[in-house]
Amino acid sequence: MANATSSSNTGLGYEDLPRLMTLMTGDEKHSFSATSTLDVLWVLYSQVLNIDPDHPDDPARDRFLLSKGHGPMAYYAVLAARGFIPVDALPTFAQYDSILGKHPDSILVPGVEIGSGSLGHGLPIATGMANGLKARGSDSQVFCLVGDAESDEGSGFEAIAMAARLKLGGLTAIVIDNKSDQNGWPGGISSRFAVEGWSTSDVDGRDHGAIHEALVTPHSDRPHVVVASVESK
Amino acid sequence: MRERFTAVTAELLDSDPNVALVLADIGVAQFRDTGVIDRSPGRVVNVGIREQLLIGFAAGMAKEGFKPIAHSYAPFLVERPWEQIRLDFGHQGVSGILVSIGATYDEADWGRTHQAPEDVQLLAMLPDWRIHVPGHPDEVEAQLRAAVTDDANVYIRLSTQTNESAYLTGGPGFSTIRTGSGDAPTVVAVGPMLDVVTRATADLDVTLLYANTIRPFDSETLRAVMQVPEVVLVEPYLEGTSTAEVSGLLQAVPHRVLSLGTSRKENRHYGTPSEHFAAHGLDESGIRNSITEFTAQRIPA
Repeated sequence: MANATSSSNTGLGYEDLPRLMTLMTGDEKHSFSATSTLDVLWVLYSQVLNIDPDHPDDPARDRFLLSKGHGPMAYYAVLAARGFIPVDALPTFAQYDSILGKHPDSILVPGVEIGSGSLGHGLPIATGMANGLKARGSDSQVFCLVGDAESDEGSGFEAIAMAARLKLGGLTAIVIDNKSDQNGWPGGISSRFAVEGWSTSDVDGRDHGAIHEALVTPHSDRPHVVVASVESK
Repeated sequence: MRERFTAVTAELLDSDPNVALVLADIGVAQFRDTGVIDRSPGRVVNVGIREQLLIGFAAGMAKEGFKPIAHSYAPFLVERPWEQIRLDFGHQGVSGILVSIGATYDEADWGRTHQAPEDVQLLAMLPDWRIHVPGHPDEVEAQLRAAVTDDANVYIRLSTQTNESAYLTGGPGFSTIRTGSGDAPTVVAVGPMLDVVTRATADLDVTLLYANTIRPFDSETLRAVMQVPEVVLVEPYLEGTSTAEVSGLLQAVPHRVLSLGTSRKENRHYGTPSEHFAAHGLDESGIRNSITEFTAQRIPA
């Protein structure tokens, strides 16, 4: 499997992502949601995930789950830049025959692990996947990106509680905090994970170096959360 | 049925490293007694009273190549996490096995929160689910063993209500219990309803079919045995759950369908399953009266 830190064969880089995103129109409602995830997604796909666009189903790959399926334009732009989907697909965004909808579909898009859009589904699935990989003795890592408002969902808290008890060190949650949650998080979002036994990191969601360091921080047999703060919605 | 489910699941976990069991506290004590929890590290997980996670977690295990069996009481296994079932299994393209206890009024004395007459109709709304309503522990065993090798999503609905004998057809099709005369209506008894329907129709001229798998609906057998386009469904859960299947089969001809099951109206009582089934007209006399009346209403040719 190719190391994802090597250059993809598209020749596209971070600086191309804004242009790629403009190829997708019609979901301006979720533009804040899309741009909030852009830097974390780029660091994941360019420096962290052990994945290969030519073998998106390799059992030894790392898994990335975009639980917060809203605003997937950034996700699609990164997938195109990394060679998972053709750039030509981007202008078809949300059209009837397109593989790219306003919420991603794992059956349609190569390299997408789950279809998402209904909030609160990703982290429970990621927890089961991390447990399954652990049961098989796999070293593959599972990363799951959720939104701060999505973190209101009770299903997410169910997963947060169990992941630590199961000592799922192969699981990393990433919370993009753009202050979408209307009621706030007394004590901070990461404290909700820490109290359940997770390892935590709080970073600037636009600082690639800080994001990378947080994502590769060793956390032994504890699941890890990276809370990446970006500008408020 | 529950004891057989526990024993067979433990055996499957021991023999197949791809089988997993996800519990939400319910059933933990029974499985602990088998020793299989200790023998299957990572493959038997109790997520606690977290039913949304129960389904999402099981789907995650399925995505990693396991055949997960998720188990709890019917209202908490099917009703509460229904969206997780719809999306985390169906939409993600993975499959698992749901096994419930507490069918319909099995736990009538625990009140409405533990009564589950709607589960089959909820799952029947989803595409390609195999829905088993066994009437005997032997049928549970056969269905469970088949389910672990099945690519489809499977629901097995355990009940404390059972028939005297098992009907093992080697497949999901309906069984013909008896054949009536040339103008006899066809009665389809589902799962644990067979014995009471058999008694209720003992001296009535009917063709009697038995169904312990209700989805996919075995239209082929029904069509083959049907003498006249008159069908009586007797289902141990919400009335009308399978009516559209029969209407679809008979859409080209004038037909009559009588759908017996539990009504939508809440029967705000405790007591026993028998008392509740009687209240819904699903005891022997109620079924007999309904079928007799249905037959008498026949429009003369």
